[in-house]
Amino acid sequence: MTAVMSERPAARTVPVDDPTAHLTDADIENIAKELDALRERVIASRGARDAAYIRRVIDVQRKLELGSRGVLVFSLFPPAWLLGTLGLSAAKIVENMEIGHNVMHGQWDWMRDPKIHSTTWEWDNVSPSDQWKRTHNGMHHTYTNVIGEDGDLGYGLMRVSPDQPWSPFYLGQPLWNFVNACFFEFGIAAYDLELRDSLTDGRHKTPEFRERAQRVLRKIRQQVTKDYVVHPLLSGPSALHTLGANFVANLVRNLWTHSVIMCGHFPEGVDTFEKSSIEGETRGQWYLRQMLGSANISGSPLLHLMSGNLSHQIEHHLFPDLPSNRYGEIAPEVRDLFERYGLNYVTGPLPKQVASAWRKIFLLSLPNDAAERVDRVLKRFWPKWLRTA
Amino acid sequence: MAFVAAPRRGAFASLGARVARLAELVTTPVVPSDYLDMLSPLRASADLRGRIEEIHPETRDAATLVIRPGKGWRGHAPGQYVRIGVDVDGVRQWRAYSLTSRTGRADGRISVTVKAMPDGTVSNYLVRRARTGTLIQLDQATGDFTLPSPRPRKALFLTAGSGITPVMGMLRNAVDELADVVVVHSAPRSHDVIFADELRHLATSGRIRLVERHTDVDGMLDFGQLGGIVADWTERETWACGPTGLLDAADQRWSDAGVADRLHTERFRPTVIVTGEGGQVTFSQTGTTVDADGSTALLDTGERAGVLMPSGCRMGICFGCVSPLRSGAVRDLRNGEVTTAVPGDGVLIQTCVSAAAGACDIER
Repeated sequence: MTAVMSERPAARTVPVDDPTAHLTDADIENIAKELDALRERVIASRGARDAAYIRRVIDVQRKLELGSRGVLVFSLFPPAWLLGTLGLSAAKIVENMEIGHNVMHGQWDWMRDPKIHSTTWEWDNVSPSDQWKRTHNGMHHTYTNVIGEDGDLGYGLMRVSPDQPWSPFYLGQPLWNFVNACFFEFGIAAYDLELRDSLTDGRHKTPEFRERAQRVLRKIRQQVTKDYVVHPLLSGPSALHTLGANFVANLVRNLWTHSVIMCGHFPEGVDTFEKSSIEGETRGQWYLRQMLGSANISGSPLLHLMSGNLSHQIEHHLFPDLPSNRYGEIAPEVRDLFERYGLNYVTGPLPKQVASAWRKIFLLSLPNDAAERVDRVLKRFWPKWLRTA
Repeated sequence: MAFVAAPRRGAFASLGARVARLAELVTTPVVPSDYLDMLSPLRASADLRGRIEEIHPETRDAATLVIRPGKGWRGHAPGQYVRIGVDVDGVRQWRAYSLTSRTGRADGRISVTVKAMPDGTVSNYLVRRARTGTLIQLDQATGDFTLPSPRPRKALFLTAGSGITPVMGMLRNAVDELADVVVVHSAPRSHDVIFADELRHLATSGRIRLVERHTDVDGMLDFGQLGGIVADWTERETWACGPTGLLDAADQRWSDAGVADRLHTERFRPTVIVTGEGGQVTFSQTGTTVDADGSTALLDTGERAGVLMPSGCRMGICFGCVSPLRSGAVRDLRNGEVTTAVPGDGVLIQTCVSAAAGACDIER
């Protein structure tokens, strides 16, 4: 499961199960050249069509959010509650995924529109955007799937590779993962704040940490005031129903985003990497790590929109700053590249990928030998569509 | 009345402020104006914008845009220019154009006249591709290339090409307040003269004396011969607008004649950004200036010079290092693409994958 890339390309030593063992150094450099060329082609063709796309998504999202909140003013009536909650959930998901996540990646910076720019965007989430950008854009996208460097791998709560030593704490990881999913935005905020590490190593006493913590608290206050105070109060007699609707919308958003993100790096067939493997990593080796460390979700255009095109996680990780509407367009070429170089393009429908990720989390909560036994038994009961190679 | 009205206004103002504050609580993390912009982009409190309502071709390569400015537009003085931000192929580009409309038009609209420059991204877009109904960004009018009050007794306007545009703005507004006007205008050929009909009509109706010079036929204006065209030019308050060569020659001639204070010039293409490999890098917030080669990332250049630079992945993917390029040119080290900026363009660059491609100013 673990791919090791040595720091000196001339002397690549690879374990037998390394999925890149068949590639020569020249192959890896050719992969880099092909991907660089693909990126340049997209950049050269960025234009009015792309700008119109993101402006339209933002426009529709704002109308959906405003409309849903308006409908929820009458949430005393069950159909209004249902419609408003559905709309608000969808609006929050689109805002976080297709708009917020991607704008903060700088995917739309080339438009030079100060209102749609990575340096100015603030999202509908309790984690302040600059703290998110540092851990997500800076750490996760640079050190993707490197155990000990990429905090997105289990968020420090979960065992994500059989190579990691097991401890009884991990028995609870299915539960930790579920709780994290329900309150995902708070989990992200704590994670972006590096709360746990800061409490352990005493950094929480520094003025720098306090300042950042205060900004998280301010953001939480703003979000909570909007969803749980002002909007309910504006709903008059429907106040409690609106409060409930906001809670459900946030929960739906949290569960959805958590599921999509889990599908990006956890399903079967995705590799993790050792810290030592990325020393002196070339551009080609970095690309290769992104290719092997990410997984896609197959589905309809609506799924791609609602996942913020993270359903094209492989393409996104290769080119985090290309406009999200382009990932689907380049996916066939990227997949073709995988096939030509004999690499495993991990993809599957959402239920399968979610189940695959959860299965891994369950199995890795057990010691390796126990996990193998349980897996052998469980395999007989998996429905056919869930069985992976 | 005043003592009654004042507190009431105050009460209204504070009520308005409270409503605005409440709206902010609802719309966070965006602001209420982001929603209002969807409905009413030209309202008074919005960022200043305009809508192109009419486009009139003037010559083969020039067109006049009639723009409905937002309610926040504070008007202009004839001869001033306005900076316009238009999205060309999805990218916002800012350029300055002289206002050519009468001030205080009853319909509240303004106009600029644009000549398509060879390879001009924005000018070609505006002349050939722009459509009515398009929203554009605006700044307030600015510039001191304007007529004084009281008006001069004798005026000379010395223009070439699209340099006629600020002068047309002045003539349309104030020609009847000017007793003695000479316009010396150069263009390659007769049909290249922007506002030709209007200028010729002003001339035939006796309100101006027009000297048209068609440089493809007559050659460039020779300032040594100026006295032969406008005998009393040294006595005239003069406004000159056109290419750099014309303005430099005029500066020289007026200064040689000891009447430099009578000459007012408008350099509508003042900035020529020289691009090359490396260059002098200024970090304007810290006041640091260093020489950088064409292969060193500006992030490294800044850090070595002791500038506090934001940074992240250092490989061009995280956008943690994005900084404003105030002016100058930088080259993307990954693909060689050159990005240029002049103050006000609001161009942000990734310093970890950009190197100096000429003198540049990074706001750090």
